[in-house]
Amino acid sequence: MTDQMKTKQYVPGEHPDMPPPAGISGPVAWVKNNLLSSPLNVVLTVISLWALYKIVPGSLEWMFFDAAYTGKDRNECLAKAGGACWAFVGERFELFTYGFYPAEERWRVNLAFILLPIALIPILWDKCPFRKIGIWFAIAYPFIAGWLLLGGFGLESVPTDKFGGFMLTLVIGVTGITFSLPIGILLALGRMSNLPIIRMFSVCFIEFIRGVPLITLLFVASTMLSYFLPPGTSFDLLLRVLIMVTLFASAYMAEVIRGGLQAIPKGQTEAADSMGLKYWQSMRLIVLPQALKISIPGIVNTFIGLYKDSVLVIVIGLLDPLGIGRASVATTEWGGLSTEIYVFVAIFFFISCFAMSRYSLYLERKLETSHKR
Amino acid sequence: MSTATVTADQRNVISRMWNDKENRSVIIQIIAFIAILAFFGFMGRNAVLNLEALGKGFSFDFLFQPASYDINQTLIEYDSRSPHLRATIVGIINTLLVAVCGIILATILGFILGVLRLSNNWITNRLAYVYIEYVRNVPVLVHILMVHGFIVHTLPIPKQAINFGDAAFLTNRGLFSPKPLFEPLFWIVFGLFVAGIIFTIWFRRYAKRVQDSTGKQYPVFWISLAAIIGLPFLSYFILGSPIEWQIPYLKGFNFKDGLVIRPEFIALWLALSLYTAAFIGENVRAGILAVNYGQTEAASALGVSRGRTLSLVVIPQALRVIIPPLTSQYLNLTKNSSLAIAIGYMDIVATIGGISLNQTGREMECMIIVLLLYLVISLLISASMNWYNKRIKIVER
Amino acid sequence: MRVTKSAAIAAALSLTALTANAGTLEDVQARGELNCVVTTGLTGFAAPNADGKWEGFDVDFCRAVAAAVLGDGSKVKFVPSTGKTRFTLLNSGEGDILFRNTTETMSRDADLKLSFLPVNYYDGQGFMVNKALGVASAKDLDGASVCIQTGTTTELNLADYFRSNSISYEPVPIETNEEARTNYLAGRCDVYTTDASGLAATRATFEAPGDHVLLPEIISKEPLGGAVRHGDDAWFDIAKWVVNALIDAEELGVNSGNVAELGAAAGNNPSINRLLGTEGDMGAMIGLDKQWAARAISAGGNYAEIFDRNIGPSTAIALERGLNALWKDGGILYSAPIR
Repeated sequence: MTDQMKTKQYVPGEHPDMPPPAGISGPVAWVKNNLLSSPLNVVLTVISLWALYKIVPGSLEWMFFDAAYTGKDRNECLAKAGGACWAFVGERFELFTYGFYPAEERWRVNLAFILLPIALIPILWDKCPFRKIGIWFAIAYPFIAGWLLLGGFGLESVPTDKFGGFMLTLVIGVTGITFSLPIGILLALGRMSNLPIIRMFSVCFIEFIRGVPLITLLFVASTMLSYFLPPGTSFDLLLRVLIMVTLFASAYMAEVIRGGLQAIPKGQTEAADSMGLKYWQSMRLIVLPQALKISIPGIVNTFIGLYKDSVLVIVIGLLDPLGIGRASVATTEWGGLSTEIYVFVAIFFFISCFAMSRYSLYLERKLETSHKR
Repeated sequence: MSTATVTADQRNVISRMWNDKENRSVIIQIIAFIAILAFFGFMGRNAVLNLEALGKGFSFDFLFQPASYDINQTLIEYDSRSPHLRATIVGIINTLLVAVCGIILATILGFILGVLRLSNNWITNRLAYVYIEYVRNVPVLVHILMVHGFIVHTLPIPKQAINFGDAAFLTNRGLFSPKPLFEPLFWIVFGLFVAGIIFTIWFRRYAKRVQDSTGKQYPVFWISLAAIIGLPFLSYFILGSPIEWQIPYLKGFNFKDGLVIRPEFIALWLALSLYTAAFIGENVRAGILAVNYGQTEAASALGVSRGRTLSLVVIPQALRVIIPPLTSQYLNLTKNSSLAIAIGYMDIVATIGGISLNQTGREMECMIIVLLLYLVISLLISASMNWYNKRIKIVER
Repeated sequence: MRVTKSAAIAAALSLTALTANAGTLEDVQARGELNCVVTTGLTGFAAPNADGKWEGFDVDFCRAVAAAVLGDGSKVKFVPSTGKTRFTLLNSGEGDILFRNTTETMSRDADLKLSFLPVNYYDGQGFMVNKALGVASAKDLDGASVCIQTGTTTELNLADYFRSNSISYEPVPIETNEEARTNYLAGRCDVYTTDASGLAATRATFEAPGDHVLLPEIISKEPLGGAVRHGDDAWFDIAKWVVNALIDAEELGVNSGNVAELGAAAGNNPSINRLLGTEGDMGAMIGLDKQWAARAISAGGNYAEIFDRNIGPSTAIALERGLNALWKDGGILYSAPIR
């Protein structure tokens, strides 16, 4: 005992905290480890820094420091600055937001914009208070917004050719997202069904839609669809586009959900069968909740795709932000500012899509239960 | 009384039929089938009535009429007197050209991006991340318009062309480069090249067999390289360079002769590749990460070198994860090439689905052709990738 | 049981398909709005201004028809169309009438099933080049890159012209006028070709319009006019005579300023009286009331007023009347008499 006492011993809490050896922490070590650890790494670092130096200062200068934000036409703008001219965005802001929506009715669009986050929060945030009511509201939102924007039932009706700008993007996005999910689920179930005719129909539909580009479908909607309607009838161009976009997204949605369905072990359905559940009961209560949960990231990605694809409507003459922008630079005042338009639209889409993809990543991490290193 | 029992019985039959699972599925299918048939019948009938009311027929005869318009990029012979059918073929070739070039470039860039995303170099890693996020979250149409705008606005006009050694010229009308004119002797070089490929395929099999039975390894890579590249090169110089290069030169408004790659093609090709590469990069990253680290550890425990671990252990397993999403990226790229119409690249949609449709007024026929062509192309890509996927699939018990 | 039911539904559905449609006039009046197919944006001819209100030469003709038919020139729904979609929009019934600087041709008339209204603008395809190139004639354009708008007769004319003169060129096909303008200014092409009026309208939006010249060659005849679908003669007559009335009004000196006064009571000029409905009932012949022409004229003025306000010499587009002057002023604009 006493011998042991004599040997030098650290008593807990009394030994001094030694700094870690020099060279394995701190900024210098970080740089060494992360940037200069091998010759290849040095080369990569140099190339990256060079690329940054080439791109960043120039674009910042063009976009912000050397840009003009006011002016009543292009010449005034260019006289002020050598960079971008953002004045037209302010000048035509209303056109960008509302399209040709009648000025005195724009409060309805604003209301629809305001209600959107209120509808979204309960879906996106699972600890939201009053979530149940919120979700019912979210389900009702597309119809409320549709009523607000289109009018009727007490509101003055606004024809859809007045729709444009961000509002049009929103309309296409919300409609596509709301309706493509249920149709996609039905198609996925149809494709997995053991009724051959239903399965064949679902497979043909899904593969046909996935095999052709969206813009050809939009062309079909704008040029050919009217031939397939009873003679003398025609329906709204925007409605036709919405149907096409929804069908297009449903086919992709169906494949995402099918992936989820395939991941559910057969034992689950068999167990449900042996409990005496009918097909729809077992689907609704057992299979779909699990399948949808694992396909959520894929579903969100399909939504992002759908949302981005909404710009394609310009090829058939609908005026979304890109269309409005291109119409703006065709005028005498703002001619030739195409780059600004593209950058502006790119920023708009980047912000909204990036937010969505971050959310999908967050969900993916939250739902990730396996062990990874 | 008796009649009532009969109806009750009949009802019973129906409800029994409905309650029987097999019968019910037959009934449901018959109903669905009839509904689908009725729907298509209804549409077809409408189409016939509508076309009749307009006095238009439904025929593909117009395909053999002269198209009367010119196309700037034609890989086969075409002029304004050629029929619409030929214009369609020109369009198909242009679509396939941009799709194939795009797929190749996107795959290369995508693999590079995927590897950079996994690099432990912080700056490079972050740069790749920012690039991928930016590209993925902006619509591809905006990218195409931006790249096209960049080429047209930033590059110089032909008179101030960027000159690459008086042989190639870069302008906002495209890249003008020397055009190879093959002399007869060149076909010997080409033959050697083909022979080299065949030899390599045989040699790889042979080397594997030798390694399997004796453990002896040949430097397969170097021998293959020598056979495919080295020998043709050598013979090329021995035969006295049997390719003549036609150099473009400035005459009047434009460069004459040489090979021209037009800005519309470059813009579409670059934009599609850069866009798709971002998606492929993420797939590649996910694929490599999906390979259990234990595999690498096991390989190094067995004393397998790092390079061989990558090529024999990690990549084959990662490919299994990468190929299925890669297929859909290839399909997306091909379908996105239809956005060519926004910048005036003459693909299927712009020729038969665009100018021909408009000049002849045959919407139905033209759109059917376009849809069918895309379907065929998509199915071909899917089929070939499925075949490849099956080949590398894990062989289970 | 169910089988027969769904078959019955299908049969019922296909029966409804047989119901015929009413005439366009009745449709328009029932709707209370005229659907007019115009371009997506060509300054001077049809383009929305900053408030989203459509303005232009073609737009004013739409408004005149709406005024004649519905009594209010503002009751027009403008359906923007590209060169490609315009005929489909009309044929599918989404538009009632087309005013989109459209060239009348035999194949469009007979094959695309359109009925063309009287020509309201005589045009021809021209070329615009930068002065700095020093080109004096279209014959000097060998090897040039030419920007063309697709979906128009211009690409056919161009192919024919260059082919018959054995000149080589690089066609640069472009969807919209705006794209063509940007590409031309950036030097992607040396020449921009379209109808001379369109060239002038486009040039007006340039920063330095003086740097660009129109070449003397006009390689085609482009009689531009409105169009309606085949098969509804009553509607065709209305549209046709509204256009004629506007031209006639200029000849007779009736304009938006004096139409109310002249239309109040019959005057000395029987032609004016017939036009404005103070004598006889021309309107009844086309299914409208007596004041149809008076309303059309007061909506946007007579032909001269519409021309001068939108594309005339005092506007940025600065087109001379030229061929489009009245026949008695040295042009070829000529209206069939309203009698």
